[in-house]
Amino acid sequence: MKIISKLMALSLALTLGFVGCKPKDADIKSNVETALKTNPEAAAISVSVTDAVATLSGEVKEASSKSSAETAAAGAKGVKSVVNNLMTAAPVVQAPVEIAPADALTAGVRDATKDFPTVNATVDPAGVVTLTGTIAKDKRIALMQAISSLKPKRIENKLTTN
Amino acid sequence: MTLSEKYKPLTDAATTSEVKDLQVREQDGVLYIDGSAATGAIKDQLWAKYDQIDPNFTSSDLVLNIKTSPDAAVTKVKVTTDSSNLNIRKGPGTDQPIVGKAAHGEIITLVSQASEQWWQVRTTDGEEGYAYAQYLTPEA
Repeated sequence: MKIISKLMALSLALTLGFVGCKPKDADIKSNVETALKTNPEAAAISVSVTDAVATLSGEVKEASSKSSAETAAAGAKGVKSVVNNLMTAAPVVQAPVEIAPADALTAGVRDATKDFPTVNATVDPAGVVTLTGTIAKDKRIALMQAISSLKPKRIENKLTTN
Repeated sequence: MTLSEKYKPLTDAATTSEVKDLQVREQDGVLYIDGSAATGAIKDQLWAKYDQIDPNFTSSDLVLNIKTSPDAAVTKVKVTTDSSNLNIRKGPGTDQPIVGKAAHGEIITLVSQASEQWWQVRTTDGEEGYAYAQYLTPEA
């Protein structure tokens, strides 16, 4: 009987002691957040901690931010392991600038300026559209939109508004 | 000031208004901005920004190509000329013969978007041909 009660007391003490030493998840979370402060994309990273396992989530731009965040989180006090659910954003692919061939551009400019009899337009072989003449102020945008959609190299707008 | 900085209010507005496939590149002293706006109103807002940055568009350093292609569900378009009738042509080009006309304000059928500039349409009389897309506004 004595032994049993002693054992119970010991196990209780051990349990209490263990719980007492173990950092709370909330504290670990703040440790991880502090460790991530140096990460250039810290603002995009969210942290959750369950039973000392830190989970990182969010979308970062650079793969290096993803790996350095994991290293930093793993080194934070109280972290048992890290689940790295960070996503890296797909890189934005910039399409090359497309310039329409001069003949297609010439036909397009003719169509676009048909309803603007006071506008004279020329197209050079490189694709530069030069606009001369006059245009009503409220029609400028409509004409510029139409010309811009034709993929010119440049628009030299020398129109005077009236 | 670089061109990207000069036109930053414009590119920022394009990002904010969720212009799709936004591409911004600088080449030979010209900034090229391409993308697709969800509505004509967004396109107009972006052009208003351009107008603020470069009044009267005289700098020759930007080609702003914002499309507003209606989605495939759109089958009706309204003729939004100033006041005149809209020519409907045999093919996509003002050199093509006129095969019909649609009245200002009339709602006609959109058959296909043949190109960015020319859409294939059918009038209420059943005449089919190509009309200049700038004068057509998709019906919701």
